[in-house]
Amino acid sequence: MMKNVSPYYWLAFLLTASFTMATLFVPSAEWWNNAPDEKLWQQNGSSASDNAFQMLLGDGRKMFANQFFVMADVYFHSGYYPSIFDEHEKDLDVAAGAEGKAGDSDSTSDDFLGPPQDWIDALGRNFEPNKHTHLDAGGATGNVKATAVEEILPWLKLSAEMDPQKIETYTVGAYFLSTVLKQPNRAEEFLREGLRNNPENCELLFAMGRLDYEDYHNTNLARNVWELAFKKWEALDVKTNEEAKLTCDEITVNLGDLERAAGNYPQAIHWLEDAQKVSPAPEALQRQIDEIKVEMSAQPAAPTNSIP
Amino acid sequence: MRNVFAIAGVVIKELYRRKDFYVLFVLTALITLAAAAVHFFHEPNIVRYVKDLCLLLIWIAAWIITIATAARQIPMERESRTIFPLLAKPVTRGQVVLGKFFGCWFASGIALLFFYLFFIVVTGSREHYWPIMEYVQAILLQWVMLGMLTALTLWGSIIFAAPSSTVTIVLVAIFTIWFLGPHLRRIGIEDDQPMFSVAYFIIPHLEFFDLRERLVGDWGLVPWGACGLAVLYAAAYTGLFLLLTWLGFRRKNLST
Repeated sequence: MMKNVSPYYWLAFLLTASFTMATLFVPSAEWWNNAPDEKLWQQNGSSASDNAFQMLLGDGRKMFANQFFVMADVYFHSGYYPSIFDEHEKDLDVAAGAEGKAGDSDSTSDDFLGPPQDWIDALGRNFEPNKHTHLDAGGATGNVKATAVEEILPWLKLSAEMDPQKIETYTVGAYFLSTVLKQPNRAEEFLREGLRNNPENCELLFAMGRLDYEDYHNTNLARNVWELAFKKWEALDVKTNEEAKLTCDEITVNLGDLERAAGNYPQAIHWLEDAQKVSPAPEALQRQIDEIKVEMSAQPAAPTNSIP
Repeated sequence: MRNVFAIAGVVIKELYRRKDFYVLFVLTALITLAAAAVHFFHEPNIVRYVKDLCLLLIWIAAWIITIATAARQIPMERESRTIFPLLAKPVTRGQVVLGKFFGCWFASGIALLFFYLFFIVVTGSREHYWPIMEYVQAILLQWVMLGMLTALTLWGSIIFAAPSSTVTIVLVAIFTIWFLGPHLRRIGIEDDQPMFSVAYFIIPHLEFFDLRERLVGDWGLVPWGACGLAVLYAAAYTGLFLLLTWLGFRRKNLST
């Protein structure tokens, strides 16, 4: 039997077997040369795959990161996605929720196919995904559970491994893990991984604060984290572009809402006034400030200590 | 037809004597199982990337098995001179072409069944969901497409000198059609190249038989009417390629 098999097949088989073994065993053995025990190695946040990718691809791995992020968007649309010959939208729908934008699963703006050009095109559309849907809103058939959005996670994880400085990957992953999959602890792990790689990033700190506020209901911790996020934003070199303004708007508005809910009205007004400086809708914020002032005036005066 | 199926039977036996199928199956299984062994965020039910990878490997493996099997049939008979006793049975050249075609087509169908059985077991055990009719459609359409490919390769084996060149040229052609085929008309219009538009209507379109994205995204069944049209489309091209093979083989000098 050995004589009948081409040596090329043997070579291919051995290469595949080696690769398979490596993917299975290397992650569990990675700590051997780097830490006294596996627990410590994992606590330090060292990722075996990160090292493997770094070793294999060097800085070139960052080129793949964006492609993997796009793959997450492809899966988010259950495969209904423009090819390289079609026009692409600039903003990816998969990131909309994490950026505080509304989803548009039923919009026709993404109907890149247009009407069929000929009978081949018309027949071909029966055999490929042909409708704009989102995985967290019913998926392809409309009755897929929202938790199916977990299918995008492998691509986000790979994207983060390829480019640890791509912030969007962490915020989007954490958003779906906490809001749809109801796993705030996994979301926190992913955000912490992002913060280890980008300790000065205000977007990651904002996402972390949102997790503390909305999922853990820890107001004090959320306040501290958001205030730290605001300080990091203030330390940014470029604060005038739209992305930086949006981040500041999110941080300050959320801090304002937090202080209002906690009854710290002067602080809430302070944060909302800060938000007005960068917000695209300062009038709406002014209305909120007016409401808070009304609430303040309606509040009974604090009891004074009187000596009988 | 007895002669045709006798020749086909020999070709099918060749499939399990040769090692191509086993090697490709083991490679597909190893890569798929390695991918399935990776856990992301401790979520055990994530399966679509495994399906995607496994189906891609099945498509590539099925092409290689089909093309490699079909490309060597007639050249090997000529080279080993077994074509002469075969034609002296008496068997007509048309029956040889048909026998070789059905043999390769059935052999690729058997291989495809094994691959899909593995795919269904691996993905079904992970997602606990068994859309059998969707799988039946995917296997049926892919098998029909492999029939078209078998006929094309047999025609190539009559034209080109050696099986290796037939395999290379057909594989390159098929990959090009797979990647560019659906977009050729648009490229032709945008670049003002009418040749692309003409090619768009002439080439066999493989996108009618590729249900991978639908299977991965759980899009449900394709309308059976559309499947029927795709089968007719493939049958027309298969018939055309077989006719061209027969026309080439009929006048071929068999002595090497």
